[in-house]
Amino acid sequence: MLDKIGIAKRIAREVKDGYYVNLGIGIPTLVANYVRDDISVEFQSENGVLGMGPFPYEGEEDADIINAGKQTITTLPGASFFDSATSFGMIRGKHVDLTILGAMEVAENGDIANWKIPGKMVKGMGGAMDLVASAENIIVAMMHTNKAGKSKLLKKCSLPLTGVGCVKKIVTNLGVLEVTPDGFSLLERAPGVSVEEIKNATEGTLIIKGDIPEMTV
Amino acid sequence: MIRKTVPNVEEALSGVKDGMTFMLGGFGLCGIPENAISELVRLRIKNITCISNNAGVDDFGLGLLLQNHQIKKMISSYVGENDEFERQMLSGELDVELTPQGTLAEKCRAAQAGFPAFYTPAGYGTEVAEGKETRDFNGKMYVLEKAYEADFSFVKAWKGDEAGNLLFKGTARNFNPCMCGAANITVAEVEELVPAGSLDPNEIHIPGIFVQRIFKGEQYEKRIEQLTVRSRN
Repeated sequence: MLDKIGIAKRIAREVKDGYYVNLGIGIPTLVANYVRDDISVEFQSENGVLGMGPFPYEGEEDADIINAGKQTITTLPGASFFDSATSFGMIRGKHVDLTILGAMEVAENGDIANWKIPGKMVKGMGGAMDLVASAENIIVAMMHTNKAGKSKLLKKCSLPLTGVGCVKKIVTNLGVLEVTPDGFSLLERAPGVSVEEIKNATEGTLIIKGDIPEMTV
Repeated sequence: MIRKTVPNVEEALSGVKDGMTFMLGGFGLCGIPENAISELVRLRIKNITCISNNAGVDDFGLGLLLQNHQIKKMISSYVGENDEFERQMLSGELDVELTPQGTLAEKCRAAQAGFPAFYTPAGYGTEVAEGKETRDFNGKMYVLEKAYEADFSFVKAWKGDEAGNLLFKGTARNFNPCMCGAANITVAEVEELVPAGSLDPNEIHIPGIFVQRIFKGEQYEKRIEQLTVRSRN
């Protein structure tokens, strides 16, 4: 089974040379730490920066340079700053190659819910609705089940939607799945996880074709 | 040169009244118009509608206006950092309109640029699109979103000159440029106010035509919401 860092490491392998990548808050933010250093990638943060670097050294933080999680960051050579309308122009205009974000629920048709639990939690959608409505390459990073042990990979989302039919790939603590017209297709198992365990943790239609390889992280 | 300078925040905010709609720049606490917010708190005007990506934290930024119950309605994309906000929203004291972030930015920019509305794919098939016109373009569905209408825009820039030309720094830029000229009156506060002619016209981010009043903010706390650093070892 993977922990959060393991999920981030596995997703980092989906990041290809020349990609502009938008990382959501939480596990997705960790992905930046594990991307191969022999490829050229730029990270976009929707609050208005391309070419995000690591956290600043202590004492060198600048309140005017943060990421979308409101964390202090640095920039790398070639970085740029821009306003919010331009930032979402990059996203809506499909100039960002890969979007990685978290979710509360994903449905087998690619619907995603991650912004609201009616009556309990309303934090808002931030940029998630813009991202999922436009990006062609969306990977969801999340735990396979919620804290109550219920599957987050469903036939149909029960929470208010963030976007419809948009998720392509999901990396969880149990495996890697692809959203296909017939349901969730299992591509890889996390180390030490059986197909049976994944079946039990998946409420939506699960497609298992042939031997499912164990992933290498 | 048309001079836009006003001597202080009191004059900069003259004309603000109960029940008005304001746009306020900033992302989290980064690039917020700190001095305009302090003055709104001091003036104690009530029943205001705020268009701002976030709602500050409990004791800073727009959180200060929330504590005083000065805000009737918030239009934002993300409000997760503020307990008082959540309390007022769940109890029904505060009216909240959550809007996708890119749509929020574009509704400001559309107002600035004279577009009454635009189509965006964001929110299609979700509760954000309820009651709104939708339309198919080349096989993909879009939602019609209208430009905002506001009485004042309060923006924060790094440098500005007497003509109202503005330069922003880092990610403190965010929504600020989109809100300039998007309301009836745009009030810009800056850290450095310089004479006309001292900024390179090639490097201006926002031309002064979008700004009616500019003043030098008395002080900036620039609070950091999430301090993240790495060690040198």
